Amino acid sequence: MSVVSPNRDGRPASTRSRARAAAGGARPGAPKAGRPSAWWGLPALLFFSLFAVLPMVLVVYLSLTSWGGLGSPEFIGFENWARLAGDPVMHQAIMLTLLLTFGSWATQTPVAMLLGVWAAGRQRNRAVLSAIFFVPLLLSSAAIAIIWRALLDPNFGPLAQIGPMIGIPGLDVLSSESGAFLVILFVSGWQFIPLHTLLYQGGARQIPESLYQAAEIDGAGRYRSFWHITLPQLRNTVTTSSVLMLVGSLTYFDTVLIITGGGPGHATTIVPFLMYEAGFENYQYGYASAVACVLVAVATLASLLMVRFTGFGSMRSTREGM
Amino acid sequence: MTATSPAPAGQKTPSTGSGPGAPGRRRRLRSWRQRPNPVAGLGAFAWLLVVGVPLYALLAATFQQTSEYRSAGPLSIPTDPTLDNYARAIDNGLLGFVLNTAIVTAVVVAIVVALAVTAGYAIVRTRSLLTNTLFRAFLLGLAIPNQAVIIPVYLIIIEMGLYDSLLAIMLPTAAFALPVCILILTGSMRDISDDLYEAMELDGAGSVRMFFRLVVPLSRSGISTIAIYAALQAWNGFLFPLIMTQSPEKRVITLGLFEFQGQYRVDIPGLLAAVVLATVPLFIVYLIARRSLVSGMMGVGGK
Repeated sequence: MSVVSPNRDGRPASTRSRARAAAGGARPGAPKAGRPSAWWGLPALLFFSLFAVLPMVLVVYLSLTSWGGLGSPEFIGFENWARLAGDPVMHQAIMLTLLLTFGSWATQTPVAMLLGVWAAGRQRNRAVLSAIFFVPLLLSSAAIAIIWRALLDPNFGPLAQIGPMIGIPGLDVLSSESGAFLVILFVSGWQFIPLHTLLYQGGARQIPESLYQAAEIDGAGRYRSFWHITLPQLRNTVTTSSVLMLVGSLTYFDTVLIITGGGPGHATTIVPFLMYEAGFENYQYGYASAVACVLVAVATLASLLMVRFTGFGSMRSTREGM
Repeated sequence: MTATSPAPAGQKTPSTGSGPGAPGRRRRLRSWRQRPNPVAGLGAFAWLLVVGVPLYALLAATFQQTSEYRSAGPLSIPTDPTLDNYARAIDNGLLGFVLNTAIVTAVVVAIVVALAVTAGYAIVRTRSLLTNTLFRAFLLGLAIPNQAVIIPVYLIIIEMGLYDSLLAIMLPTAAFALPVCILILTGSMRDISDDLYEAMELDGAGSVRMFFRLVVPLSRSGISTIAIYAALQAWNGFLFPLIMTQSPEKRVITLGLFEFQGQYRVDIPGLLAAVVLATVPLFIVYLIARRSLVSGMMGVGGK
């Protein structure tokens, strides 16, 4: 994360910062010569509105209708919402989504942080290892899910034997409820830890070497230095990475569809998957839209948190520091 | 992801300490930062196994005969390596899927770059409340998951008469890549100093000329980052193709793999060979342009 520039107020090149510019920028209130008109932003705005903003409005409307995919949606008021409130599968889906979000965070953060700090160091074999570490980033989530499903195949999979090791009887880990959930948690970790490792690696590289030298002079060892220097210095990275995990956990879908199909039972039916199932498998688009509204609400909240805590909203300049 | 510095010459032990090294700095040799850190090394090795073993199993399986895969298990070294699995994957229409995916990816990148660069220019340079609001709107879009609005998007695509066409995949994919791209791009455009604009203004350049002569050339790194980000989104996207298309002619690679999985329950080597083939193009890009690819992957996080 780069330092915060004076542009905290989100206005392009605020007058405050411009007044500081030694080579005197346009004075406040200067004519707008040489500045593009706002029309430049229009194509993007229209395009984005049609496929992202309008749908967000529509999804609220659709949640108040009954629609089977053919004909026109029929207005039914809050029936879907009433059904949603009393749907045990929805309650479970919310619980599972929270569990998955928290579980992902609790497992991925420490691993990614340690790996990232290690990768920022200077080992002779680091480059080769890093290259291998980041291969999962190249695979699509569909491909990753297919690989793991093949590895866990009860008949031919080499990993089918791990069930008994982690206390799940039988060879088919995916047929037990807790096993299936753990697999989803593990696979999402396998997929996303490399990305967060990159973030922590970037964060660790920006810690001034002089801090470590000072600690060394004071007689601090490796672990105390990690605890008292590395961890506090990585505070911002932890925030960014955590928020990305939070937002990302709302989009686990491909993995669930391909590996478990939401099962066994509804053991891995998280909110996005429930929405898909209700809409595109059972053709209850109205009800699915109500589920989607819950997603929109949570996502908007997450987005606000993101802007609030990571300073993305401050529109500050960033340098490609990798 | 470049190594910050080579180890100083004459250093005997590779250090595995947890601190970035300063180039060429001589230190007291007995410091803990000079000695290997066995715990960290062991941890890294453990993770290497977690990542490496599945990847090895993936590759090994693709070179095994199906019968051998079943009897010997996928962790064995293929005794009689074969390319049959790859041939089978290609016979099953994989190349057509790759072609569709390439078309989708190219168009998505073109749309995203054109829209993000113009919008970024307006956001960075226009001094009006409107563009500020525009930027906020895109920020809000940052965290809206595709799944949340897929039903209305599906409805809109049907109304536009685009259902089951490649365009039905391209348009939403591009729209959902826009917020991140605009964020990255405004960041890099903000680094262009005002003096340059003023110099051009004195030369009598209008905003169009400034855009092509100044903004585009100077935000090249940002543009390549967003191009890669958009390409990754398009290449690996799964949900939009799943919902917006149905016919085999319109199938993209992720969907093709998903269909294969349904069809070839017992032919795991064939399925995995298709997975490997689907990843080869990205892997080549990774080898050629690792740094830009990584910054593209990191998207929002790459700051």
